[in-house]
Parts: sequence; C-alpha cells; structure tokens
Amino acid sequence: MNIYKNASVASKKAFLNYAIVILFFVVFQTLVNTGSITSALKGQLIPIVCYMIMAVSLNLVVGISGELSLGHAGFMSVGAFTAVIVSALMSGASNSSRLFVSILVGAAIAALAGFLIGIPVLRLNGDYLAIVTLAFGEIIKNILNCLYVGIDDKGVHFAFNNPNALGMDPLGKEIIKGPMGAVGIKKIATFPAAVILLLVVLIIIQNLVNSRTGRAIMAIRDNRIAAESMGLSPMKYKMLAFTVSASMAGAAGAIYALNISTLVPKKFDFNTSILVLVFVVLGGIGNMTGSLIAAGVLVVLPELLRKFSDYRMLVYAIVLILVMLVTNNEKLKGRLDTFVKKLGMRISKGGRKK
Amino acid sequence: MLAHLINGISLGSIYAIIALGYTMVYGIAKMLNFAHGDVIMVGGYISFYSMTLLGLPVPIAILAAVFVCTALGIVVERLAYKPLRAATSLAVLITAIGMSYFLQNAALLIWDANPKAYPNIFKNFEAVEFAGARISPFAIVAIAANLVIMIALTLFTTRTKVGKAMRAVSEDKGAATLMGINVNFTISLTFAIGSGLAAIAGVLLCTAYPTLMPTTGSMPGIKAFTAAVFGGIGSIPGAMIGGILLGIIEILARAYISSELADAIVFGVLIVVLIFRPTGLLGKQVHEKV
Repeated sequence: MNIYKNASVASKKAFLNYAIVILFFVVFQTLVNTGSITSALKGQLIPIVCYMIMAVSLNLVVGISGELSLGHAGFMSVGAFTAVIVSALMSGASNSSRLFVSILVGAAIAALAGFLIGIPVLRLNGDYLAIVTLAFGEIIKNILNCLYVGIDDKGVHFAFNNPNALGMDPLGKEIIKGPMGAVGIKKIATFPAAVILLLVVLIIIQNLVNSRTGRAIMAIRDNRIAAESMGLSPMKYKMLAFTVSASMAGAAGAIYALNISTLVPKKFDFNTSILVLVFVVLGGIGNMTGSLIAAGVLVVLPELLRKFSDYRMLVYAIVLILVMLVTNNEKLKGRLDTFVKKLGMRISKGGRKK
Repeated sequence: MLAHLINGISLGSIYAIIALGYTMVYGIAKMLNFAHGDVIMVGGYISFYSMTLLGLPVPIAILAAVFVCTALGIVVERLAYKPLRAATSLAVLITAIGMSYFLQNAALLIWDANPKAYPNIFKNFEAVEFAGARISPFAIVAIAANLVIMIALTLFTTRTKVGKAMRAVSEDKGAATLMGINVNFTISLTFAIGSGLAAIAGVLLCTAYPTLMPTTGSMPGIKAFTAAVFGGIGSIPGAMIGGILLGIIEILARAYISSELADAIVFGVLIVVLIFRPTGLLGKQVHEKV
C-alpha cells in the first residue's frame, strides 16, 4: 500500500488498469470454472481480450501520437495469418510453445508491415493520413484474399492468385486458401494466455507513455513545430508509436486466429478498423482505462441485445450517435448534468421520506 | 481497349458524382461524411420500389429518389451533425459512422437482406457504334449526367449568390457570418445538394451493378471518397478528374491484371499520388506558418 501511496498520478492510473484486467480475469475465470456463464459469452472471452488489445494499441496511435488511423485491422490480419502459418509449421511442439512462438512471430511481421507502411503514411497529416491508412488496410485485405499457402514434407509453399501454382506433394495440406481463408486452424489459444498478453501490452504501452520517449511523442502531437525546434525528430517518434501499435495489433490478431477454426481475410476489413476506433473514441482518446472498458462493454453489448435480435445493430447505432451527441455538445451535456443532479436529489429526498 | 476505356469513364462518372457530395461537404463542414455511401443505397431502394411496386415511369422514380435523399440529407445533418458543429473532427467522424450503421441497419429492417435485381432502365435503347466500339446507352447517360452536373455546379458556385455564399463559408466561417451569410442554411443546402446527387448516383450505380442490398453503397462510397481525395478534396473539378481516373484505373486493372487485385491497385495509385502530391491532384497547397 505504501508503494501505491508514494506513486505518481501516472503510475496510479497504470496500476488501476492492471487491477481492472486482473479483476476481469478473476471474475470471468471463476464464472467459467463454476459453469455459471452462457456458452455464447464464454466463446466471446478471448475475442473481448483481443479487442481490448486492439483498442489500447490503436489508442497509442490515435490518442498519444495524435494520428487518425483507419487501417488498424490490417495489422491484425497480418498477425493472424502469420500465426496460422507458424502454428501449422510447429505441429510437433507443445501447445503453449506453439502459441508463444506464433504470437511472437505474428507481432514481429505485423511490426515490419507497420514500419514499411509507416514510411509513406507518416509523411502525410490529418485526414490525408487517415485515408491512406484506410487504403493500406484495404490493400492488405485484398492481398490476403489472393494468398494461397500449403505445407508438405519439404516445407511451406506460397502462391499468389493461383492455387495450382503451389507445387506441393500430393500429401501436402493447404492451410490458407485465398478468399476462403485459413481453414483447419488448431484452437490453441486460452483465456489466461490472452489475459497475460493483454497485461504485457499494457505494461509496454504505459511504460512507453510515461517515459522520455512517450513525452517526446506527446510533445510532437501537441505542437510539432515547437517539438521539432527542441531537436525532436517527428518521423522517428511517430514511427516508433506506429510500429509498436502495429506489432500489438499483430499479437492480438495472432491469438484471435488461434481461437477459431476458420478465418477469412474479409473478417479484418474497414468495418473492424472502425469498430476498434469507436472503442477508442467512446472510451476517451488517450485514456487506456476507457479503451479497456469500452472494448469490453461494446463487444458484449450486441450479445446482450440478442433479445431484440433484428433491432440490435440499429440500437447499437442509435446508442453510438446519442453518446457522441451527449458527450460532445455543450448544451446537451449541460442538460444531462442538471437532469442527473435533479434525479440524485429526488432519490435522496425519497430516501429521507422512508 | 477503347471499350474498356469507355466503361472506365462511365464507372468513373458515377464515382465523380458521389465524390462531389463528399468534396462539397468536406469543403464546407470539414467533415468526412461516412453516411454518404448509404444515402446512395437509399436512393437505389427508393427508385427501385417506385418503379417496381408503384409502377412509376423511370424519370419520376429518379425524381422521387432525389427528393427523398435530399430530405434525408437535411434531416441527418440537422439531427446528428449540427449539434456537433463545435466538436472535434474525430467526434463528428464517429457520429457519421454511427449514422452509416444506422442507415444500413434501418434499410435491413425495412427492405430485408435479400438482394434485389434492379431493372434495366435502358432496355428500350440501342447501343451506339463508335470507332469500332459499342457504347451502351448507360455509358452515354452516365457521362452526360456527370458533365451536366459538373457544369451546373460550377456555374452555381461561381455565378449565384447562394453558391458564392457556399464558397465563402468554406473559406472562412467566421468572416462569412460577419458578412451576413446564414452559415447554418448554407451548410444544410450543401448537404441537400450532395444527397440529391447521391440519389442520381444510386440509380446509375444500380443500373451498372444491378444487385441492390443494404450494403450496396458502402464500398462505392469509400472508393468515391478516395476519388475525392485523389483529385484534391474540396475542389469540384478535382472530384470529377479523381472520379474518372479512378474508374479508368479500376476497369483497366480488372481487365488486364486481376479482378481480385483491382481494389488494391486503385488504393495503391491513391497512395502514390498522395506521397508525391500530399493534397491531391488539384488540392490547394497550404503553407505552414509558425
């Protein structure tokens, strides 16, 4: 407790996030162990953690570095498909080492993709940067749609846009079939492993943000010209944030892919990128706690709204618009505050009468 | 080759008409209206049901679609975007995305998910022979519509008082208000014009690709938006050039390289253009001042 008391505001916030994640894990793991959770929600646990990782990593780019990225799902798919190949190659190894290496390689390849894409993207700014990230996300999806990968005794075979060009042994197995996606993935991801990954991601991001490097990134966000005249290189720091964020999205994609049996490239389209961006904005830009909570609630919300079946996505859209209006319009915000105050007074009055 | 080129220009004309809506709204309200693509879809459905269910003649059906979409554009702007005039651009963007989800899911509930086969509105017209290539009546109408709209809009923004007000608001909202321009009315008008154009684009798009679904508008919407950026967002001739170039690139890529990779190539060209001309082909270069 003493450590907590003496800690700075920033590290208190960081501790809060670790506490939230650990609490989330303990509650849901107990629910799973006692069997008091619906199978639909149980199946959502790993995706929820994946989206939490996606949200905090996107928040590093959007909130801390201040660049609007609309192609975050592209990095997720790079990590996902890399992990599928790596995991298939390691079929002899134990599940945990397969998972570990797959995530690591997935994150590394996604980081490489982030670095290469960052070179042209980070030269632009504002809405132009946003539209180019969107374009790269679509390009990644299209390229993966044309990718065929097979494995036989001789190793991995790649083919582009033509499944007959794989040149495999007759005994070989196709693991990625273009638009049909990856098939027959062995489900080796576990909920505890996903939570550990989330904690690692949080530790990296929060330590990065509270370091000298993190302050440099934020200085460039707040005033690029002033930061530049202090000798900070905008390209270097923006690239750092962008690449780190891409690698984390890759790791999230890896564990996401190893939790399902078939995965199509279409899963990671523009809509997924937007979904993650919605988590970041609703949670509060630059606020990691907000990203965690928003991702958790909004992945589960459509599930909870299942009662309304046909209307659930409509309700989701209306909730989204209303939240944006209420939190961003001064007049409505004021009205909401007075309403909450009145409501509070009425409740306390009612309490006194009893 | 000529046939592909004509196909490309006619598809590009549709993109150009959609891109106009994006570019005008961006120029005046500095927002990416992601719901614009879904207004196209609504235009498609309204014209479809006017023709099939009500049996209206084609021109009346198109007028009905334009009318409904114009009203929709004004209502959307009033309800969702106007309260956020002072908010950050990211907040407006997310609201626009919410509106896009809303329109798609409302369409899903009203008109269900089954794809509708859009009637061929040019079945009574013959293709024209030109320099050895057959030009479909659709291509002629699409290109002509694009030219007429472009000329009309250019005249509107340079010659009429309201059009000049529009340009003034896009340049400097505060100064325009001081000059007695009703900024809110001008922005509403821009949305109305953009959405009306989206309805026309919807009819043309559904004629070119006759399957109508609640998600019909989203991909052409994104592509038209890249066309607007390609040509330099905020610029009316830029939208036309960007749209037509994008259409030609897409059709040629589909014909000569690979239909799966056509979209990737379109986006790749956009990226290359933006690297060398960061504000698009006809965009204004803004110099940074300290």
